Amino acid sequence: MERLWRVPSGCAVFGILNQDGRRISGETVMRAMAVMHERSNGLGGGFAAYGIYPECSELYAFHVLYDDPHRRPDLEAYLKERFVIEKAEIIPTRKTRAIPAHPLFIRYFLWLRGTEGNEEDEVVRVVMDINAHFPGAYVISSGKNMGIFKGVGYPEDIGELFRLDEYEGYCWIAHGRFPTNTAGWWGGAHPFGLLSFSVVHNGEISSYGINRRYLQNFGYRCTLQTDTEVIAYLVDLLVRRHGVPVEWLGAILAAPFWEQIDAMEEPKKSLYRALRITYGGALLNGPFSIIVGFPGGMFGLVDRIKLRPMVAAWKREVFYLASEEAAVREVEPSPERVVELRAGEVVVGRVGEKVIHGQKLALSRV
Amino acid sequence: MKVLHCRGKHYRDVNALVEEWWKGGCRHIVLEEVCGHRYLGRALEGEGRIDIKGIPGDDLGMFLNGPSLWVFGNAQDGVGNTMNQGKIVVQGDARDILGLSMRGGKIWVRGNVGYRVGIHMKSYEDEHPVIVIGGETGDFLGEYMAGGFIVVLGLWTPKGKSPVGHFVASGMHGGKIFIRGAVAPSQVGAGIGLDIPTEEEFRELEKYLEEFATDLAIPLPLFGRQDFIKIFPRTTRPYGRLYAY
Repeated sequence: MERLWRVPSGCAVFGILNQDGRRISGETVMRAMAVMHERSNGLGGGFAAYGIYPECSELYAFHVLYDDPHRRPDLEAYLKERFVIEKAEIIPTRKTRAIPAHPLFIRYFLWLRGTEGNEEDEVVRVVMDINAHFPGAYVISSGKNMGIFKGVGYPEDIGELFRLDEYEGYCWIAHGRFPTNTAGWWGGAHPFGLLSFSVVHNGEISSYGINRRYLQNFGYRCTLQTDTEVIAYLVDLLVRRHGVPVEWLGAILAAPFWEQIDAMEEPKKSLYRALRITYGGALLNGPFSIIVGFPGGMFGLVDRIKLRPMVAAWKREVFYLASEEAAVREVEPSPERVVELRAGEVVVGRVGEKVIHGQKLALSRV
Repeated sequence: MKVLHCRGKHYRDVNALVEEWWKGGCRHIVLEEVCGHRYLGRALEGEGRIDIKGIPGDDLGMFLNGPSLWVFGNAQDGVGNTMNQGKIVVQGDARDILGLSMRGGKIWVRGNVGYRVGIHMKSYEDEHPVIVIGGETGDFLGEYMAGGFIVVLGLWTPKGKSPVGHFVASGMHGGKIFIRGAVAPSQVGAGIGLDIPTEEEFRELEKYLEEFATDLAIPLPLFGRQDFIKIFPRTTRPYGRLYAY
C-alpha cells in the first residue's frame, strides 16, 4: 500500500560530561533520550560510556557482537594469539518486552602480548582484521575504561536491555537512529568506536566513498555498512596518529569554503589552506551533527553549512550536547547557558578543565 | 482559561486536548511543564491565546491560522512552519528554520535565532508575514525568500560587528530584509541589492517595532532610518542563468 503520510524525523544525539569526573548512572541519559523519542524510528539506539570499568582501567575492553555465536571459538583462539584474556563474560542483559531477541554480546578484558610497534596501532589492526575476516563477529568497542552498547531498538529500550542504569560513567554519549540509506542492524547502530574514541552522528556523509578510500591508505577498513564509521576512523587518524588537537578538527572535517579562507588574514589563511590541502580526503560533505567522545572529554561539531541541529549547554561543571534543547532541560531544568552550535565550530569539554564556550573557540573557526 | 500540565504526556495527546478545548470555545489555554512537545498550536483557527511554559518542541505553531502563542523561554527548530495568520512571541532564543514557508502572521523573537530563518517565506495579496528578531541570526537568513518582511535588530551586537551571518538572502526573489548594523556586500547572495529603507518602508518598520517592544516589554532605542540596511532582490530569478550559460 502506498504510504500517504510520512514520519518526520532525524536521528537524536545527546552527550553529557561531568568535568569534575563524577560518575553518573545511565538512567539520566536514557531519560534525556526518551524526550527525543520521535527523532528515532526504533531501528537503532546506542550508548558509549566512559569510566565504567575502573577496576580494569588499564586493560582493553573489547565488546564483541556475535551475529553468529558459532564464531566464538575461532575468534577467541585468534584473540589468544595476540592478547592475554584477563576476563571474558557475557554482557548482562535484562528481559524486555520491547526487544525480545538480540545477538550474543561478549566482553573481553585484554592485555596485549607485546608488539614491535605502537601498541594502539596493533589493537587497531586487530579490530580491522576481525571485522573484515570473521563474518558474523564484530568488535564494536575497543577502548580502555569505556564501552559501547548498541542495537536495534529505541535508545531507551536498548539502555533498558543492557541494564545501563547499573553502570556509572563520567561521560556518556547516546544516539537514537532513523536509518535512511542503510539497513538497521545491530552492528550498524551508533556509537561507532575505535580504541577509546566513539562517535554518534545525525545526518549523512555524502563524501563517504572519498573518505573511505582515503582511510584505506592508512590501513582502516570500513566494514559496518554505515557512513558514520568513517568519522570514528578519521578522528583516530587525526587526533591519535597525527596529533591534531580536537579544537582544530572543525577546520579539517568541516573546513571553511575556499572563499572564506581567501578572505582570512595571514597567518591564519596559510594555516587553513594547508589543512584543507593536506586533509582534502578527510573533509566530510553532507549534513551532519556529531558528538565525539574521547578519553577525558567530548566535543560536538556540525557541518559547514549547518544542516543538522545541535545545542550545547552548561550547568556548573556539567557540559551537555543535544539535538534538542528539551533533552537537556529534561535532566537539567535550569542550565546556566544554552547556545546553538555554529557551522564548523568545535565545542569541547574536558574533565578537569575550565569550560570552553563557543565564542572563545577562535582557534577552530572564525 | 484552562491549564494543562504536559509533563509525561505525549505531544499527540496534548495537541488533541488543546484542539478539543479550542473548538469548545476556550480561547486562553496555558500549557505548563512543556518539554519537547512538538507541533503545539498546530493548525488552530481563530482568535485566542496559548501560553507555553517550558521548552516547546519542533514546529511550534505549524499551520497556525489565527491564535497567538506566547513562549516564556527558548523555542526549538521550525517555529511557525507554514503558518498562515496569528502571532508567535518568543521571550528567549529560537533555533533553525524559523518561519519556514511562512505565509502570513507575525513572529517576534527577543533573543538570537539560528540558521535559515525565513527560508522560503512568501506573501500574496493581503497575506504579509513579518519576522522581527531582537538579537542575531545564523547564516542563510531569508534564503529563497519570496515575500514578506524580516527585521534583525542586533540589540546586543557590538558596534561594527554584523548581527547576521553569511549567505544572507541567497536565492531571494521577493520581500525585504532590514538589518540594523553592519552588513558587507560579501555577506549577501547573488543578485541582491543593499540600500537604506525609504520613508514609507521605515514607517511600516516602526509600526512593527512598536508592537514588538510592547509584546516583549523591552525598551527599544530610538532608531533612525539611517540605522537600517535594506536587503532586497534585484531580480525575480537570481539563478535564472545558473545552469544555462
